[in-house]
Amino acid sequence: MHAALAVIFLTLFSGGGFGLIALVAIVNDLHIDGGLSPVQTLAAVILSLIFVTIGMLSSTAHLANPKNAWRAFTRWRTSWLAREGIFAVAYYPFAFAYLVWTFVTGAPEATVGLILASLAGVIGLITIFCQGMIYAVLRTIRQWNTALVPANFYAMGFAIGATLLAAVRIVTGESAGVFVGIAIALIAAVAVMKAIYYFWIARPSGPTIRTATGFNRSTVRILDQGHTFGTFLTEEFGHTLARDKARGIKLMMYFFAVIVPIIALAFAVADQSAVAAVIAAVSIVFGLGVERWLFFVEAQHVVNLYHGRQRC
Amino acid sequence: MRLGLVIDLDTCVGCHACAVACKEWNTSGTTAPLTDYNPYGAKPSGVWFNRIRHYEIGEYPYNKTVNFPMSCMHCENAECVTVCPTGASHKRPEDGIVLVDQSKCMGCNYCSWACPYGARELDRVSGTMKKCTLCIDRIYDMEIPEEERQPACVLTCPAHARMFGDFDDPESPVSRAVRERGGYQLMPELNYDPSNHYLPPRVHAPIPTEGLKKKAGAKVKEWVNRVVER
Repeated sequence: MHAALAVIFLTLFSGGGFGLIALVAIVNDLHIDGGLSPVQTLAAVILSLIFVTIGMLSSTAHLANPKNAWRAFTRWRTSWLAREGIFAVAYYPFAFAYLVWTFVTGAPEATVGLILASLAGVIGLITIFCQGMIYAVLRTIRQWNTALVPANFYAMGFAIGATLLAAVRIVTGESAGVFVGIAIALIAAVAVMKAIYYFWIARPSGPTIRTATGFNRSTVRILDQGHTFGTFLTEEFGHTLARDKARGIKLMMYFFAVIVPIIALAFAVADQSAVAAVIAAVSIVFGLGVERWLFFVEAQHVVNLYHGRQRC
Repeated sequence: MRLGLVIDLDTCVGCHACAVACKEWNTSGTTAPLTDYNPYGAKPSGVWFNRIRHYEIGEYPYNKTVNFPMSCMHCENAECVTVCPTGASHKRPEDGIVLVDQSKCMGCNYCSWACPYGARELDRVSGTMKKCTLCIDRIYDMEIPEEERQPACVLTCPAHARMFGDFDDPESPVSRAVRERGGYQLMPELNYDPSNHYLPPRVHAPIPTEGLKKKAGAKVKEWVNRVVER
């Protein structure tokens, strides 16, 4: 698949923003480690809003005809993309209301505030599910057609959110041992979940050039694709990645998304170092951005079979 | 009604006339134009509803060239329609034709991801998804003679390798052809239940080319060719 930056940013940033608001709600609801101070709550909710907005704006950049984008809210009965749009928009009033409530009252853990935060968090989590299902329902791409995809989206959204939350806690100069612990646990979960996913998609299965053409009992080779230069199909679906190159990029992904954030968070909590905390946050977003790029480039659409690929 | 095409892989000669006729008709049809990018440049490309690929089936000497035209299959389980967030992609209940409403499409490409057959192509200029309409503006046109109320690709095919008709009618020519010739659907394991069917090449006895016993006349002809100088 063609890895469009707009679509990578959509799930990367909005997923992190939704994970962050959900964790803010959980932390304040349960008063974990004393809960978040008003300043920390404001910072976290603003970060969440910024992240979600980056994702939403970049998703409209992917549209070839954005003047019809408003229609994308109409087919929620069948389309996960429509559902995602509706829930993503529904997140805004609650997140904004919680922001205003915290700013005005200075009491993020008051009942009204907690209800607003919890609603925003739940809607955020539902949106992550819809985002995962956008890809998981496609039977045309076996690398996406698995329940691991929405599960991974949760792991990654939570890991980004937890790292941001720990960074907010450290930058505002408060003890963050519990928050760093949560973040590292969730980053480890991402590492394991992605490993399961990579093992899962490594084994070829599904349609072949034989079932694609119906010549099930003989070899089939492409003689001519029938076009002189690339088409929409080859540009959108033709991208692929050599196995050894993919391995190198996966190692890089693990380095930036897992190893650097864990080490930086450990340093940050030991030295109360704001710089290390910011490094952890930037690194995990970059690393999971690489992961999202791999997610697209490794996805092999079955239409490639008609262009001569033996299996996808 | 379940309208669709039958492609005869036995007689298709791979001339691309169907694709050209399709482009010619539809570039001024309901989803017009079918934009070309850089048509006279080094890297010509553009929107087509119908593309023909060519495959080699089997191993030499039992191999065969098969020409393979593909357009929208007008699937019963058309996931391009269910994934569409705007409602631009729809399947007509009365005849099963899958269409894209150009005034509703926002160009998100999602339907093309859901299509296993590569039937949908984004027009970069209009920003909308375009696809085979089964020449909906021909087949229902009461102003043209009845025998011409067929898709442009079917009318133009010089090898009569394309048939158009109703698969819900068991006695329609397309249903009979599928029944009698073992017509099949592509990638049935994905369960899209495409309407278009493909007829496999007929099985012919191989024509021997080696170790042939020569006829007497041929021997005389060879001898004459040797002794007579030009």
